[in-house]
Amino acid sequence: MPDIVFMLLFFFMVSTTMKEVDMKVQMKAPEATELVKLEKKSLVTYIYVGVPMRQYQGRYGTEPRIQLNDQFATVGDIQSYIVQEREGLRENDRQLMTVSIKADHDCPMGIITDIKQALRKAQALKINYSARQMDQLTYN
Amino acid sequence: MAKRETPEVNAGSLADIAFLLLIFFLMTTTMDTDSGLGRMLPPPIPTDEPPPPPIRERNVFEVLINANNQLLVEGSPMSLRELKDAAKEFIENPMNLETLPEVVVVELPEIGTIATTPKAVISLQNDRGTQYQTYLSVQNELQRAYTELRDELSRKTFNKAYTELDTDRQRLIREVYPQKISEAEPRNVGGGS
Repeated sequence: MPDIVFMLLFFFMVSTTMKEVDMKVQMKAPEATELVKLEKKSLVTYIYVGVPMRQYQGRYGTEPRIQLNDQFATVGDIQSYIVQEREGLRENDRQLMTVSIKADHDCPMGIITDIKQALRKAQALKINYSARQMDQLTYN
Repeated sequence: MAKRETPEVNAGSLADIAFLLLIFFLMTTTMDTDSGLGRMLPPPIPTDEPPPPPIRERNVFEVLINANNQLLVEGSPMSLRELKDAAKEFIENPMNLETLPEVVVVELPEIGTIATTPKAVISLQNDRGTQYQTYLSVQNELQRAYTELRDELSRKTFNKAYTELDTDRQRLIREVYPQKISEAEPRNVGGGS
């Protein structure tokens, strides 16, 4: 019995991925059906968008904000962030870099459009709109 | 001679400790693989480049989303539910209608002669106030239109789902139904903010 438990323990220890960043924005992903999986985690750069968490609202307000790594950022910071992330990749992986936009389902498109324009300027053209799997899209 | 007792570690609680750890990792583990809608952005336009030649109106499927999350498709309001079928009809143009994109009959290996609409473009425009979920739902429906068309063709010619085909055949099918979703340079289409 302890052996089995140990085996399971090792399995979970190995497979566990701790969250790399702590979220500073509230993010509930939108729903979609036609999803593709993000293959290589190391090639993915994340951009979080959402309303700041309760404890940060005093300083950053209640409008949707951008979070890069562990910090709040503005659209202007995206370009240098992408360049910096790209530098960290190997030469032949740079083409394959994917930017995953993890935005809250309720935020307005204005901020997303700004991010997209910034990504185009930074030549990070492969993007992925993070979404949750739905069996059937709910129409409203 | 006194019998020497081998000192023993009390291992009785080992299983309990392991259990505790196991439960901890079970709880903290997030098995989710990230997934989402994949898209390619167009490269930035050099400022000195002449504007691209206009596309004929019949080849464009115009989808506008306003700030109240309402759809205007080809000039008339439409609900999200109908969008996929409308898009499919536009891409395929099965009746060879004047109002839908130009049909070109091509000869492809393995598939044979088939009617395609190489010039068909879906143009998507949204307002700055559009809700992200609505935008993504529209993208999702358009993607679904392409996926279904590709799947239908794949089942007809190869008797297999599109996803089960090898990459060469997938490329062949993609040649028949290339995914062309163009997003306009941002501007407000009205309805707020």
